[in-house]
Amino acid sequence: MPEPPTSPPEGSTKRSLRSQLFVGLLLAVLGFAAVAQMRLTRDDTDYSGQRREVLIELLDSLSSAAERTLVQVDELERTRDELLSSSERRQIAIDEAESRLQVLEVLTGTVAATGPGVTITITDPEDSVAAASLLNGIEELRDAGAEAIEINDTVRVVASTFFTEQDGEVRIDGVAVRPPYLIDAIGSSHTLSEAVIFPGGLADEIERLGGTVSVEEANLVEVGSLHSIDAPEYSQPTEG
Amino acid sequence: MIAAYGLALGVLAGLLMEPSIPEALAPYLPIAVVAALDAVFGGLRAHLDGVFDDKVFVISFVSNVLIAATIVYLGDQLGVGGQLSTGVIVVLGIRIFSNVAAIRRHVFHA
Repeated sequence: MPEPPTSPPEGSTKRSLRSQLFVGLLLAVLGFAAVAQMRLTRDDTDYSGQRREVLIELLDSLSSAAERTLVQVDELERTRDELLSSSERRQIAIDEAESRLQVLEVLTGTVAATGPGVTITITDPEDSVAAASLLNGIEELRDAGAEAIEINDTVRVVASTFFTEQDGEVRIDGVAVRPPYLIDAIGSSHTLSEAVIFPGGLADEIERLGGTVSVEEANLVEVGSLHSIDAPEYSQPTEG
Repeated sequence: MIAAYGLALGVLAGLLMEPSIPEALAPYLPIAVVAALDAVFGGLRAHLDGVFDDKVFVISFVSNVLIAATIVYLGDQLGVGGQLSTGVIVVLGIRIFSNVAAIRRHVFHA
């Protein structure tokens, strides 16, 4: 609306008021924008207000960090696999050593053993059975694969066992053994009994001497007596 | 007086309305705000000098904002947006400091 030219003071006031309003409007826009920007900056957690270069830089650093982490993951996995396989190997070695220990313990007579086998009873009413005959019998049993042998539930027969005679008594490892002789042997019970009663074997020999031999096959024979071993005094194991 | 009311009204509206800024404007708004601040301090100084002119203020305000935004836009297109925004901010900051120094001399006579 055109101002009436006749009233310059009033018009100048109006124009001044209008431009003052305009200035106020601009300042209002400024305040609004500033507050909005501050709020955006404060709430900017999702990178939406970031410049492209900054975002690219962020992405680059993130991807290189991810690469480094992946390399680390690879290394750690390899280390873990190595540790696992080495501990597996160690476990296998331990298992092997344990089973060998069991075999050796049975062979050296330091542990009691049970299993199928035979119980041989030898009577000797005429006191004529000598240590040699018993040794023959033991040899026959060993030949038939006896794994653990004991006599009269008191003497374990091992590699170093020796048979002697003193004052008409049979001594095994220095321990006097009197008839009737009771031999427990663990092994294949059928093979062991065959080894005793085959023609010309232990049974025949004892009967020729006036004694009797009875063989009893059993599914569970207990060999309970133990042999104590001393550390070797003279011999040393050689390498290899 | 109306100017001060307008500023307070704008701040209040911004606080109450919780406006969300369009994605396309987001990079230019901070620069535009600083440019507008420069114009405001210039206007305040002119007012204290007794040479304030509404028209000059409005034109300087609008052109400051537009030029600042244009420079940043150009910088973005040329691939130097970050550096150019920094440059614009530095220049506007210097101008704001000198204007505020002049205002300070008027107010405190020091």
